[in-house]
Amino acid sequence: MKSCPLLSQIKQWVTSAAVSKANRRAVIVGVATSDYPNLPDMSEQQVHAQAAERALADAGLEFADLDGYATTGFFPMFAVGMCEYFGIRPHYVDETNWGGASFEVLVEHAATAVEEGVCDTVLVTYGSIQLSAMGRKLGTGGGTGAPAGPAAFDQLWGNTLVGSYALAAQRHMYEFGTTSEQLAEVAVTMRAHAVNNPMAQYRDPITVDDVLSSRMIADPLHMLDCCVISDGGGACVVTTEERARDLRKPPVYILGGAHAMTHHMGISQMPEVTVTAAAQSGPLAFRRAGLTPADVDTLQVYDSFTITVVLSLEDLGFCEKGEGGAFVQGGRLRFDGALPTNTDGGGLSACHPGMRGMFLIVEAVRQLRGESVNQAPDPKIAVAHGTGGMLSTGATLVLGTEMP
Amino acid sequence: MSPSKSEPKPRPAPIPDAETEPYWQAVNEGRLIVQRCTVCGNSQLYPRWRCLRCRGEVEWVDASGGGTVYSFTVIRQNFSRSFRHLIPYVVALVDLDEGPRLMTNLVGVDPDAVEIGMRVRVKFERVSEEASVPLFEPA
Repeated sequence: MKSCPLLSQIKQWVTSAAVSKANRRAVIVGVATSDYPNLPDMSEQQVHAQAAERALADAGLEFADLDGYATTGFFPMFAVGMCEYFGIRPHYVDETNWGGASFEVLVEHAATAVEEGVCDTVLVTYGSIQLSAMGRKLGTGGGTGAPAGPAAFDQLWGNTLVGSYALAAQRHMYEFGTTSEQLAEVAVTMRAHAVNNPMAQYRDPITVDDVLSSRMIADPLHMLDCCVISDGGGACVVTTEERARDLRKPPVYILGGAHAMTHHMGISQMPEVTVTAAAQSGPLAFRRAGLTPADVDTLQVYDSFTITVVLSLEDLGFCEKGEGGAFVQGGRLRFDGALPTNTDGGGLSACHPGMRGMFLIVEAVRQLRGESVNQAPDPKIAVAHGTGGMLSTGATLVLGTEMP
Repeated sequence: MSPSKSEPKPRPAPIPDAETEPYWQAVNEGRLIVQRCTVCGNSQLYPRWRCLRCRGEVEWVDASGGGTVYSFTVIRQNFSRSFRHLIPYVVALVDLDEGPRLMTNLVGVDPDAVEIGMRVRVKFERVSEEASVPLFEPA
């Protein structure tokens, strides 16, 4: 048979592919965000590409070094489309869609693949132009799709995305006495962090009174209890500890990861609206890492709404169920507090392009490297925890500067 | 904005499929039904192939129509033409006396007077020639 350069190339990919299972440890070696929060002149793919280019440069790697890729979007085979766009032919591809928590799952999967020897180096990217494409009138996020099949049971009532989280907040207040002032404290803390982030969407300091006097969107959630709507993206690179030795930055170890779900898009099917998937993903991720919440120096947690943070803190085990409201008071979540949380300003103030999970990983890694705009004092262990859908999914990553 | 684009639209109507058709048919006839397990007696909605608790076979049975508010919110912003003229309106999760939890709207009550634990009763509202939806009002 005549020699075919393409077939030769493919054969080379196959024969050089990692197959060893010998004692490999997965690490994160590159992270970056794209520009944000307002990108009227960029396509969705360009946002992915800008973030990817920066994350690879951060690691000191090139596209040619990749043999794995992961992303997720709203259309099937989205990751395949991005491989085509980038012009790469990885033999490990993942597009698990866990909503806003997708990127914690994709990194968990990538770590497993790298440690099992399925591949060596995985690029994970996210990009969105939600703000520019749909405009601010997207507002509360109305019902999505036709009211057919199971979806009809939650789609006929004029509920909104904010409304679903409000149902959880209302019940939390009823069961545990959580107050609007306590929820507001979360928004105030995130804004205080955004003040120091030059890229953040909103940077003027706010007070608890500002949150409480902002417009009610869906009781008990005010406008300032809700995340911003942004354009933006991010990327990270996962590879082996061994490969990381030649790279630019000190590696961040993926010590444990886990994900879980409670329901799909209709919150009527969530067994208890005050108990999220984090109650399953958090403890499992900690068990896999051999650590506990007490070991965590900084937390990057999904803050689609203030209540999301309170529920996640409880379910991840940073405090008892019902005590999240009191826990967030007194500056505990500030970058100079006991549990520095969302130190880039979070989705509440810095950037929320729809599936924010990637930003949590980027900021967790920056904290562990000492690169944050609101640097916590010498953190060794960071947790990134994403939430997706209508409080539907959770995914937790435990990251560290070294193997414990 | 042109008048046609700001004019209210009717509430959305359910689009039944093979599995949910008996439920929406009953609602359209003014009856609320739930799926009940023929083995363990557990009730569930939305309908599934088998019982979620024991995987037993299920059948449709009439519900009492009574329930309790598990949680609620008052929607004060929604750009949907089917709902924005109803603002402020109450979206609630109601635990039926038989067990299943339904999302619904509470009507016939001041939104600011709604409380978790409030007893409510089903009523039916026609949304098209072929379809109605179950709403709830104070019992």
